[in-house]
Amino acid sequence: MNILRIGALRGGLEIKQFMRRRESVVFTLMFPVLLLFIFGSVFKNTIAPGVTFSQYFISGMVASGLVNTGFQQLAINIPMERDFGTLKRLRGTPMSPISFFIGKAILVFTAMLIQVFLLLLFGILFFHLHMPHSPALWLRFAWLVILGSASSTVLGIAFATVIKSGRGAAAVVSPIVIILQFLSGVFFVFSSLPSWMQKFASLFPLKWLTQGMRSVFLPDSFASQEVAHSWEIGRTALILVVWLVLGTILAARSFKWSDQ
Amino acid sequence: MNHAIKVRGLKKSYDGKIAVNGIDLEVLKGEIFAILGPNGAGKTTTVEILEGYRDRDSGDVAVLELDPEHLGSQSSSWRNRIGIVLQSTSDAGDLSVSETIHHFSHYYTNPKNPDDVITLVGLDEKRDDRVHNLSGGQRRRLDVALGIVGSPEILFLDEPTTGFDPEARRAFWGLIRTLKSEGTTILLTTHYLDEAEELADRVAVINHGKIIEIATPATLGGRHLSKATITWKENERMQSKISANPTFDIQELSKTFNGDIPELTVTRPTLEDIYITMIGASK
Repeated sequence: MNILRIGALRGGLEIKQFMRRRESVVFTLMFPVLLLFIFGSVFKNTIAPGVTFSQYFISGMVASGLVNTGFQQLAINIPMERDFGTLKRLRGTPMSPISFFIGKAILVFTAMLIQVFLLLLFGILFFHLHMPHSPALWLRFAWLVILGSASSTVLGIAFATVIKSGRGAAAVVSPIVIILQFLSGVFFVFSSLPSWMQKFASLFPLKWLTQGMRSVFLPDSFASQEVAHSWEIGRTALILVVWLVLGTILAARSFKWSDQ
Repeated sequence: MNHAIKVRGLKKSYDGKIAVNGIDLEVLKGEIFAILGPNGAGKTTTVEILEGYRDRDSGDVAVLELDPEHLGSQSSSWRNRIGIVLQSTSDAGDLSVSETIHHFSHYYTNPKNPDDVITLVGLDEKRDDRVHNLSGGQRRRLDVALGIVGSPEILFLDEPTTGFDPEARRAFWGLIRTLKSEGTTILLTTHYLDEAEELADRVAVINHGKIIEIATPATLGGRHLSKATITWKENERMQSKISANPTFDIQELSKTFNGDIPELTVTRPTLEDIYITMIGASK
């Protein structure tokens, strides 16, 4: 019980630090909204009956939001905390490592909710984004967000261990995320990408998250425009679960409190 | 058991380079024990093994009767009883002093009152300042605050007063004496010989991963037996004499001056003199 209570306290502390760090608020929360405005304003074309590119793009950005707030944020911040000695100091206290990870998960989930809320709000206000119209779609949205966030969190923690220094973390992690966004059909329509690129992107969770989000926010008729001519919901769930399990094992095995 | 720490035959090397080469030491409960030695002597490696941060190659280690490398399910309860002030930390510092200390106090089952700790380390005026706005010495005091907030039975201090001005160091020494009077065992590494002399009940000098000597600051290297230097002024010039029996020599001098000896001083080697000689001899 104490582990949970301290985990909750750490979550509160992480959120407080996050909100006080101007670069994290701007970079993690505002940047995707800014991108939404730029892309949404430039590409106003219709890509299928009743579907504009901006609607397509927002679905992808919501999926990206799960990667930004989880994977990207943790893979950059944890190496910095390791460099600063923050992690080493925590390791010397009775605080359970589980509490530490609960705190990180609370941070990711909070930042993710704010991010998704902002994207949806701006999407509805400026780009004619339609909210899901059935409880089934809302349910699908919920599990995509939870599975996506959770796997993004554990993969961020795992990836943090391969990064040598906190100072260089952003330079390694950000390009990976941006390239994945290009390959996974966030900035382009996925079906228009070369097939080798599609196959490569299919190895990673972001492709499945963007496709899943499209199934939530775009009309059902758009499924026929997908590469597989279907939303592939079952396969999406399976692949996300595989990544979640893999990420959890990697994170638990490889986490380092200091760089010695 | 009145040993807080017991180490036998401790060895550790990194990539074939020997850092600790067979160290034996015992720290008694309630004692302030200082480890002195040049950079790279193996001080931090030894202390970090005791703190549970590093695994050893061989030897026996018991800290509060437990092996820091094999704590198992007692990891949390063991850490609840120790306090660690690491050599250098520089947290991102987006929290205030008060928030940080209050938060850390929740980790322990028997914490000190966080507000008392803030006062104790002299950060009252900075309590609402963000950590990144603190000076180096103030940050160090925060490190100490986080090390003691859990009411540890053993406190590890790795070069705690680096970056302190002389006044802050005096205040810090007072704090350490207060902790000792409450029964805290303290293991201190330091570069400052005056600090070791001021605080430590016993000191260990280590170099090249080995202990050269363990003694009280007053008797280290036979300091109490060493000859004294007497200096005085005679015929408008400073005179000096190395003396094995300064009391006798001063009585004799006093007779030649018919009483008062002008500008008399009697000195024995400082701890620093002894230390430098020991390190020099061990090269």
